[in-house]
Amino acid sequence: MIKKNSGVDLMSTKHLEISDVSIEFPTPAGAFKALDCINLSIKQGEFVSLIGHSGCGKSTVLNIVAGLYQATTGGVILNGKEVNQPGPDRAVVFQNHSLLPWLSTYENVELAVKQVFRGKKSKKEMREWVEHNLNLVHMEHAKHKRPSEISGGMKQRVGIARALAMEPEVLLMDEPFGALDALTRAHMQDSLIEIQQRLNNTVIMITHDVDEAVLLSDRIVMMTNGPAATIGEVLEIDLPIPRNRVTLANDPQYNAYRAAVLKFLYERQHKPEEKVA
Amino acid sequence: MNARVLSMMENKVLSKLFSISNPKKINWDGFFRKFINKVAVPLIAIGIFLALWSALASQIQTSLGQVPGPAKVWEQTVTLYDEHKEERGKETAFYKRQVKRNAIKFANNPNANVKIRNYTGKPTFFDQIATSVITVLTGFILASLIAIPIGIISGLSTVIYSALNPLIQMFKPVSPLAWLPIVTMIVSALYVSDDPMFSKSFLTSAITVTLCSLWPTIINTTVGVSTMDKDLLNVSRVLRLHWFTHIVKIVLPSSVPMMFAGLRVSLGIGWMVLIAAEMLAQNPGLGKFVWDEFQNGSSDSLARIMVAVFAIGLIGFALDQFMLMLQRTVSWDKNSVIR
Repeated sequence: MIKKNSGVDLMSTKHLEISDVSIEFPTPAGAFKALDCINLSIKQGEFVSLIGHSGCGKSTVLNIVAGLYQATTGGVILNGKEVNQPGPDRAVVFQNHSLLPWLSTYENVELAVKQVFRGKKSKKEMREWVEHNLNLVHMEHAKHKRPSEISGGMKQRVGIARALAMEPEVLLMDEPFGALDALTRAHMQDSLIEIQQRLNNTVIMITHDVDEAVLLSDRIVMMTNGPAATIGEVLEIDLPIPRNRVTLANDPQYNAYRAAVLKFLYERQHKPEEKVA
Repeated sequence: MNARVLSMMENKVLSKLFSISNPKKINWDGFFRKFINKVAVPLIAIGIFLALWSALASQIQTSLGQVPGPAKVWEQTVTLYDEHKEERGKETAFYKRQVKRNAIKFANNPNANVKIRNYTGKPTFFDQIATSVITVLTGFILASLIAIPIGIISGLSTVIYSALNPLIQMFKPVSPLAWLPIVTMIVSALYVSDDPMFSKSFLTSAITVTLCSLWPTIINTTVGVSTMDKDLLNVSRVLRLHWFTHIVKIVLPSSVPMMFAGLRVSLGIGWMVLIAAEMLAQNPGLGKFVWDEFQNGSSDSLARIMVAVFAIGLIGFALDQFMLMLQRTVSWDKNSVIR
């Protein structure tokens, strides 16, 4: 399933290529190797989940793809170009929404739209585009509200709207629903399925939640524990789309996938003891 | 008016006073508690203070007579106001006379060299208040214009922070009275003009205020900027915001609460510093008023100084309330308790 790519093929038809990525962080006790030799290639429109125990470096992978961190060796290639800085073509949905608290939800999305489409869209088109994206996440009713005036799930919706409004090549989501309660999370997952059906984005999502991973993904990438974490297993999820959580609950195939991920996480990769890094 | 209308009006006024949302239904229990907390307790405290003051003051005899009690101080407040009105009357009379005199001169000889002189009366207590307030605001605004950019830059860059921090820490505890002679000499040396826009004493006082009120704003802005949410920084990086947009749209708003905390401390320090500087340098203002009264040594002097003490306190309080109001309008964080 995982092919090792040697060298950088600029003519690659692949969409997103994470190739031989390792990263070391300097610490007083010497370099700490967080990731070792991550290889993953992702097709256009594919939904990939990264799953693993806390501290295994899932977020680090995402941050390297986003360009917020630089890999020590190896690199990321998006549409034949190497990623070396953050940019709106790789929009990030942060775990804690990261909306600017002094701007209304509309203005938060507008900031991104103005930045990405400056000179490409007229004022009217920009306004329509902001509203379109708020509609997509069903937040048009709260466009003049500040983040402090709306619930956690709503904030996360606006965060997704902001990311989608950038028309990214890849949507990166760092545990987007981790801070939400179970019901809101289920609701948000359904929204995401709906959006994904319409837009067919390439998505990399980090999650802790096995059900979420199986429900949403085309592929689940399971990571080993750190230090020097790497990809342990990749699981293709071959379930018909669109998926419905209620009908899937009794689907043997779905439960087999679930079991496979759980087995990896809790038998092959024991949760490491809580230790101070 | 019938009783119903009256009681409705009363309710409206009361609900406005104590911000009760539904004017028709007054929660008398809550109202009573609010009344006690907001009106009765402060009034009782002030009453006790006045009584203690009055009792203790009569015990102490100084070379300028008995220490004045509340009644004496009030009497002098009225006197100072009367003196102010009298002085203003003299001033208008002076200008009236001048206009009349010049008109006559002009009528006799159209080519007459008509001179217009300014009134040169002694500044009253209220003139001194105005001078002090203008001076402190000038010094404070100057300090803010310098301190906020420095704070932002040193909050953004650890290199600049390391460079500036020792200097800031060293100059921060310096007393205004140590700066004063240096500022005076430098202003005298550099501000040489035949037709000066500002008087030297005004510049000296304002710059001394600036030098002492820079530091809290710099330090607080630095902390505010450097402790801003890293995720918001990442948002800015993902969007590839231009550095100027980044500062205006992300850095400034997120450091506003800390910045204002610093500005309020700065203004408070500036006001205290100004009074001391005016006393020492004999620059016009409330400080000079206090010093002049002390040197004057009349039996009313202590009471007049006491009036100045209250004026200084009330103005300091008003300045702080003004900053609070400004903070409430500017700050996005409407939920935070600002007091």
